[in-house]
Amino acid sequence: MHPISQQIQERFPEAFVESIEALGELSVSVKREKVVDVCRFLHDDPGLAFDMITDICSVDFPNEEPRFEMIYQFYSIHKNRRIRIKARVPEEDCTIDSITGIWKGANFMEREVYDMMGIVFNNHPDLRRILMTEDYDEGFPLRKDFPVEGRGWRDTFEFLSS
Amino acid sequence: MEEIQEDKKIAFTPPDVAPYNDDDDFDQDPTSEKGAKRIEDMLLNMGPQHPSTHGVLRIVLDLEGETIVKATPHLGYLHRGVEKLAENSTYSQVIPLTDRLDYVCAMNNNYAFVRTVEKLLQVQVPERGEYIRTIVAEMQRLAGHLFWLGTQALDIGAMTVFFYTFREREVLLDLFELICGARLTMSYYRIGGVDRDFTPEIIDRLYKFLETFPEKVIEYNTLLETNRIWVARTKGIALISAEDAINFGLTGPVLRGSGVNYDIRKAEPYGVYDKVEWEVPLGKNGDTYDRYWIRVEEMRQSAKIIKQCLDQLPQGPITANLPTITYPPRDKVMTDMESLIHHFMIATRGFDVPEGEVYCGTEAPKGELGFYIRSMGGNKPYRLRIRPPSFIHMGAFDFMARGYMIADIVTIFGTYDIVMGECDR
Repeated sequence: MHPISQQIQERFPEAFVESIEALGELSVSVKREKVVDVCRFLHDDPGLAFDMITDICSVDFPNEEPRFEMIYQFYSIHKNRRIRIKARVPEEDCTIDSITGIWKGANFMEREVYDMMGIVFNNHPDLRRILMTEDYDEGFPLRKDFPVEGRGWRDTFEFLSS
Repeated sequence: MEEIQEDKKIAFTPPDVAPYNDDDDFDQDPTSEKGAKRIEDMLLNMGPQHPSTHGVLRIVLDLEGETIVKATPHLGYLHRGVEKLAENSTYSQVIPLTDRLDYVCAMNNNYAFVRTVEKLLQVQVPERGEYIRTIVAEMQRLAGHLFWLGTQALDIGAMTVFFYTFREREVLLDLFELICGARLTMSYYRIGGVDRDFTPEIIDRLYKFLETFPEKVIEYNTLLETNRIWVARTKGIALISAEDAINFGLTGPVLRGSGVNYDIRKAEPYGVYDKVEWEVPLGKNGDTYDRYWIRVEEMRQSAKIIKQCLDQLPQGPITANLPTITYPPRDKVMTDMESLIHHFMIATRGFDVPEGEVYCGTEAPKGELGFYIRSMGGNKPYRLRIRPPSFIHMGAFDFMARGYMIADIVTIFGTYDIVMGECDR
């Protein structure tokens, strides 16, 4: 196992799920309850020093349980290495803790995940839709059960449905 | 006559409000804690249709006098659902979609995307292909920075530079037209190589352009750095410290302006960036002026990279020899039936990509443009995530705008080199 995943496993034995190394990239899966603690450890530990947030996104697996997967990408400027943290979020309780307390840049990225996938972030300072309009109520566009052509007014067009 | 006029008069009943009292607005007692005048906070809407927002960006400003207390960006006016569309397109069909992200620097977007797919497929691109890709990417960086320099100066009020930078950008766009037939939405890169080879004419014209380009950069410098108004409006504006910039995830010239040495071309070399000599310019103060200086210096470095690449340009194939993934040579497609069928199959059905996930960041002119692809096998990506630098830079906008004047707003989003096509996707 990669030394970083070993460190995470030793520090959070109850949260660690698995570690995969593929195509020169390290990705560590953790339980969603401990995401903030793991991220804070990655950010604060001087040996790891993942000081830069690269990206937050999510993937929808409608046939799997738990349904959603959160994906965090971090980068360490000093050590020049990347890590990917993954956490599964179930559909019934579609929430995860926000990491805006650690990286301020997570604010907009988490808002986008909420907007597109409908995952709610606890303790987020300003959780609103960001790309879609604020009164958009047709659902969450990047979920797999959302049609590519969209939903809404156009569903009533007769020449499209016939 | 007078009676009719009397009838037409609309009866006016005064509204039931308290009579106007001067004391409400002005406190007559100067020693009172309320102060001499009433102060009101002002909410000002800017955009989405505003000439200097570089697209459709709307910002709501909370003002105290002319000072910004809070700036709330409202994004999404150019949202076209590229990520959703990509989930339903084959990998090759995504390349034209990436053109429309950052439409000022289409080549770099193509490059970022094809690199990610190649990483997933573990494809090796032949040497000449890599050289051509690097040259074209740096040409696009030049065009992008020239575009930025012209429009940024224009936004602040230094109009002249715009005409000069667009003159050089035009030369580069003409070259792109020679290379691939398009000027803005290029789709020149292919998974495993590039679309067409360089002709001797392109190389000649590129050499000629590089001969005169360094003088042109000096020309822009003299136009701007001796302009006292331009200097006063850029120095000390939109300051951000290195720690904050890293914490916000800022990349590209915005991060390097704060003195952080992070350039993916050096940190994780790709293309032929490790085979040529060049430097990463770094700023000190993290203000708009430093970021201007970095972009100008990057133009010089890009010209240097292109020159060395042209000198070293080897002979050989431009695409990898992988018949299931790469297109057959263009001249054969028009004469050979098997090649035509093969071309048709790749263009319509695409090719299967093994299961897996990959993140690959590329240094675009605006910052780190990353693609995350989750593949479940098959010819379409299961999930394609674009990490757009402009969107993430907008996340720091409120933080960087607080305390500055309304007039500086244009400078602050100009300094990110923001393009809304990429921000909203």
